[in-house]
Amino acid sequence: MRMGLIAMMTAISLGALAVEPSERLADPALESRAREVSKALRCVVCQNESIDDSNAELAKDMRILVRDRINAGDSNQAVLDYMVERYGDFVLLKPRVMPTTIALWVAPAVLLALGLLVLIRTMRRRAMAEPTALSSDEALKLKRLMDGAP
Amino acid sequence: MRGRLVFLLPLAIVGALMLVFGKRLLDVGRGEDLRILPTVLLDTPVPDMALDAIPGRGRNPDGLTDEDLRGEVALVNIWGSWCVACLAEHPVLNEIAKSGVVPVQGIAWRDSPAASLGWLAKHGDPYARIGQDPKSRAAIAFGVTGAPETFVVDRQGVIRYKHTGPISPEAWERTIKPLVMELSK
Repeated sequence: MRMGLIAMMTAISLGALAVEPSERLADPALESRAREVSKALRCVVCQNESIDDSNAELAKDMRILVRDRINAGDSNQAVLDYMVERYGDFVLLKPRVMPTTIALWVAPAVLLALGLLVLIRTMRRRAMAEPTALSSDEALKLKRLMDGAP
Repeated sequence: MRGRLVFLLPLAIVGALMLVFGKRLLDVGRGEDLRILPTVLLDTPVPDMALDAIPGRGRNPDGLTDEDLRGEVALVNIWGSWCVACLAEHPVLNEIAKSGVVPVQGIAWRDSPAASLGWLAKHGDPYARIGQDPKSRAAIAFGVTGAPETFVVDRQGVIRYKHTGPISPEAWERTIKPLVMELSK
């Protein structure tokens, strides 16, 4: 019973893998490079999945193309460049550093630095603020409280 | 004074973002389809390809290579018998072929020869040549994301325009035909 369940779950999880066994390259090193490249490429049909994750037919054909090119001796970068030449930068899931994307890349660091700056300045100002002496009114109130009088 | 203005900064940023997003929303409202990606292949030569003819189609010459796209202005239409939008577009392609203004070259994308032939027999065959692309090689080389897509190629075999989705009679009359006429001069 339990073994049957495990077998079933395994079958289901294998089915969820978009890369079909027949697509895989025999050489594990080349196959892992192909997976890496596929994970970086956007499926142009479904747009928010990589071709490694997508079950779309075009994504499947793209995976096969990626493997054929890697098998033929292309570097990972050459395969990515081929796709960018055809589909534009959009096809890359991770945007490249370019004049149009530089804001995207530096914004987090700049915002973090700004936040830290504000934090440090506020903390310093608080530390430097001298406590002022109590007014006579306040001193009287305090004294009453400390003495336990109403 | 300066300290107080700093508090207005977030408001200014949100305001700027609202302007940017609002503009995009209005673009969509005006009918711009954001799913259509601009092609990066404009003004580049057609990709190298050597696609087989569909056996039994009975045209000679047939099949499609990049060499076939040099020498005259042509439309390159990517279609499949499985593609519903292609069916909607097909009467327009038949009309274009009949008008003799420009040859329509076909790429049969991810289709079996039998299915392609059956479809063409039923709906008409406007194509001068057809090349088979069973593994999407040509489709990917053309940066295609879905069928149908149509490219206008000039005499030098350079891609001059891409139409995504079915060609409507209006798109043909207003955009594609004038461009073809201009390129054919």
